[in-house]
Amino acid sequence: MIEFKDVSKKFGSTIALNDVSLVFPRGKIIGLFGPNGAGKSTSIKLIMGLNRPDRGEVRVDGENPQNKKQDMAYLPEIDHLYPWMNIAQAADFTRTFYADWDETKYRELIKFLNLQENMKIAKISKGQRAKTKLLLTVSRRAPYLLMDEPLSGIDILTREEIINTLIRDYREGEQTIIISTHEIAEVESLVDEVIFLDKGKVKLSGNAEDLRVERNMSLVELMKEAFRDAN
Amino acid sequence: MDFNASQPIYKQIIDDFKKKLIRGELKEGDKIPSQRDYAEQVRVNPNTVQRAYREMESMNMVETLRGQGTFISISADRLEEIKMEMAVNLVDYYISEMESLGYSQEDIFKILKQEQSFREGERR
Repeated sequence: MIEFKDVSKKFGSTIALNDVSLVFPRGKIIGLFGPNGAGKSTSIKLIMGLNRPDRGEVRVDGENPQNKKQDMAYLPEIDHLYPWMNIAQAADFTRTFYADWDETKYRELIKFLNLQENMKIAKISKGQRAKTKLLLTVSRRAPYLLMDEPLSGIDILTREEIINTLIRDYREGEQTIIISTHEIAEVESLVDEVIFLDKGKVKLSGNAEDLRVERNMSLVELMKEAFRDAN
Repeated sequence: MDFNASQPIYKQIIDDFKKKLIRGELKEGDKIPSQRDYAEQVRVNPNTVQRAYREMESMNMVETLRGQGTFISISADRLEEIKMEMAVNLVDYYISEMESLGYSQEDIFKILKQEQSFREGERR
């Protein structure tokens, strides 16, 4: 379980998170939704221990995130792969850092995603790069999988492949996936829990199915409504 | 299977199984896909499928046998109930939509009758 207690974070004069208290329950697929600048990436980086809160605290299974890095697989929004490497080399590089690397899964996924080990990062398409990022993240058996905008700027077929991969490899109950995106429609049937962020605040959060029962609305509609009220 | 995103997905999964039972596509003793296979087939979170399967067990529609899988396990009476429930829901929906457009009970019956004889005429 990941907990935010009264967390605030500023970058210069920009408020990224403003007194946020949140719980990310264990064993769920959690959607972190909101427009650009809502605080999604900041939240993920705080969980990863890449940033520290200015006020409040972030706890991962009751511990400081800095001590839990081995439990987290992170898919950053930016292009973090070295362009001169091919996929096999990028995999080698990841493999040396993490003890939870699952070679069998890696072999299986590379086929499933239609990638080849000799493909050079600099030469492949954006969609293939997105799939490579996913491959390297999901090939670890980490209890926490944190994905920052894994679907943005990617064609619809590749998006479907990514979502199919997540459903296929998800370990129910034991794995927690946090996925930040503004492509809500794409992940309607994927997420258990949702958190809508706006301007550094939580606008709405809860179980996706319960929210549908209560409000008779899809997550996309809920998001629109939450933000209409705001303006 | 296409989901309506504004309705709970686990309920839509259950309804899909109910319809298959009513149509006779599934019957007593049939094995249904494992939760994992089903989740992959319909591209839904495995936790949601688990919720649907658990609910169907408590509704006496299916039974999970350890190490063997999940099977349709439904009594004739229970199936009759489900048929009736589905029919009543559809009729309720129809009537309330018609009433919201201002049709009276008599109008509704009249239209149903007309439609029925029209369909019979077509069939001949």
